[in-house]
Amino acid sequence: MKQEVICVICPRGCRLTVDPENDYKVTGNFCAKGVPYGKAELINPTRVVTSTVKIDGEKITRCPVKTDQAIPKKEIKNIMQEINQVNLNAPVKAGDIVIQNILNTDANLVVTRDID
Amino acid sequence: MKQIKEYELIIIGGGPAGLGAALSAHQNGLKDILIVERDIFLGGILNQCIHNGFGLHYFGEELTGPEYSQRFIDQLEDTSIEVKLDTMAMNLENTEDYRFVHIMNMEEGYQILKAKAVILAMGCRERTRMQIQIPGTRASGIILAGQAQQYVNLEGLMIGKKVIVLGSGDVGLIMARRLTLEGAEVVACVEVMPHLGGLNRNYVQCLKDFDIPLYLSHTITNIRGQRRVEGVTVQEVDSNGKPIPGTEKDYDVDTVLLSVGLIPENELSSEAGVELDPRTSGPIVYENDETSSPGIFACGNVLHVHDLVDHVTEEAEAAGYAAACYVKDGGCVTENATRIELKPDSNITYTVPQHIRLEDIEKNVRIYFRVRQNYHDPVQVLVRDGNNNQIAKFKRPYMFPGEMENIRLPRQLLDRVVGNELTISVEE
Repeated sequence: MKQEVICVICPRGCRLTVDPENDYKVTGNFCAKGVPYGKAELINPTRVVTSTVKIDGEKITRCPVKTDQAIPKKEIKNIMQEINQVNLNAPVKAGDIVIQNILNTDANLVVTRDID
Repeated sequence: MKQIKEYELIIIGGGPAGLGAALSAHQNGLKDILIVERDIFLGGILNQCIHNGFGLHYFGEELTGPEYSQRFIDQLEDTSIEVKLDTMAMNLENTEDYRFVHIMNMEEGYQILKAKAVILAMGCRERTRMQIQIPGTRASGIILAGQAQQYVNLEGLMIGKKVIVLGSGDVGLIMARRLTLEGAEVVACVEVMPHLGGLNRNYVQCLKDFDIPLYLSHTITNIRGQRRVEGVTVQEVDSNGKPIPGTEKDYDVDTVLLSVGLIPENELSSEAGVELDPRTSGPIVYENDETSSPGIFACGNVLHVHDLVDHVTEEAEAAGYAAACYVKDGGCVTENATRIELKPDSNITYTVPQHIRLEDIEKNVRIYFRVRQNYHDPVQVLVRDGNNNQIAKFKRPYMFPGEMENIRLPRQLLDRVVGNELTISVEE
């Protein structure tokens, strides 16, 4: 069945229609970038997850983290559960890996801020 | 009170605007630069903006807020730029030759610092329930979206279990997702306008991904609860924003999150006699971000509320350059320059700058503005002079009020202007 997807590649926000029965044909796109986006949104939508973990910093006790690449949307909840188990020791640097290949998604969970 | 210390440039605020301005002024030859920051960290609001989406224009990659500011903080290390953290700017005085900045902190007490130039980079603050007048009780659990962001992201505190969001600005949308990820139930996002306040991408990734319903042309008309919020009434509004009787719907929630706009924070500017524009709530500036008070410049959200930090950095770099010129040569300003007023037509909310000095424009001048309504189809931005002659025309595939636009007017075209004003309008 055809599905409607709002493209987020640019702020224009085209309303795409994607037809899974017709090789995921995308219509309603203003530019070419909408085609792969619309297809991916139906087959395997992905997102970058950002959150915080506990840290024993001198001035701050929460450290921001992110997945260093987009992960399948359906894994967001499970990844949040992993993130909630983490306890870091300061100091950390932006880019430090907290969890390698988190839940076998190929993405690493990394620190996004220097904390002493 | 300590002896007066002198700087070439003092920057009030150490967020993205202050950092960008400081680095630019330094690159343009200033050595004695001070950044005054009231928080215990540099980076300003970006510290709590842990989500990604920053830097696409400026760095060509997608960064989180802390990563974006870290890039500028790292650059400070190799400079002579001085930073005072945990320090409040109390007052700003303007005299012909010097600016005096009164500051206070725990270690040095109250001090008056002297500077040849000052850049205002204080950012903005959130509009509150007071400004939108929601009826109901004053129970605990009514909280501003940015404030909630600080509690959750910096302090690790949760603000409630069952939440309704009023206002569809970006901070509200982002917090709807954030609170959901941290285990709260967000029952709805309610927006009084007939269109989304924030960016489309945030609607998709923050509401739609988590099945949070968005109600456009709706508002909260009552808040219940004595000690803690117990629930709200939501009503549909007509085209004048008036609640329609009979459309009431009750939600049992313990938290009301308000995301109802931002206001540039200009108490210091007003005290120094800087003229403000009622349309932006920020200073009225010239082409080089100089305010009505010579030697005082402004950039970032204190000047007008931006939606992209990349634009803040760009503006801050221009302000830093202009302040450096001012300190070195007493300004790049031509005496008795031709002053041209920029007038937004009825379909445009404001322009920044508000006026330009023709002789001081080197190659071109960038003009930021916002439109008043959604344009889904291609439009033209027209620039006309006092004699109604068309000076320039720019095409845009679409335009939305939630997205700040900019055009660049080349000096060559400006030289043709007849009269002392330019009108900017949008036509379908």
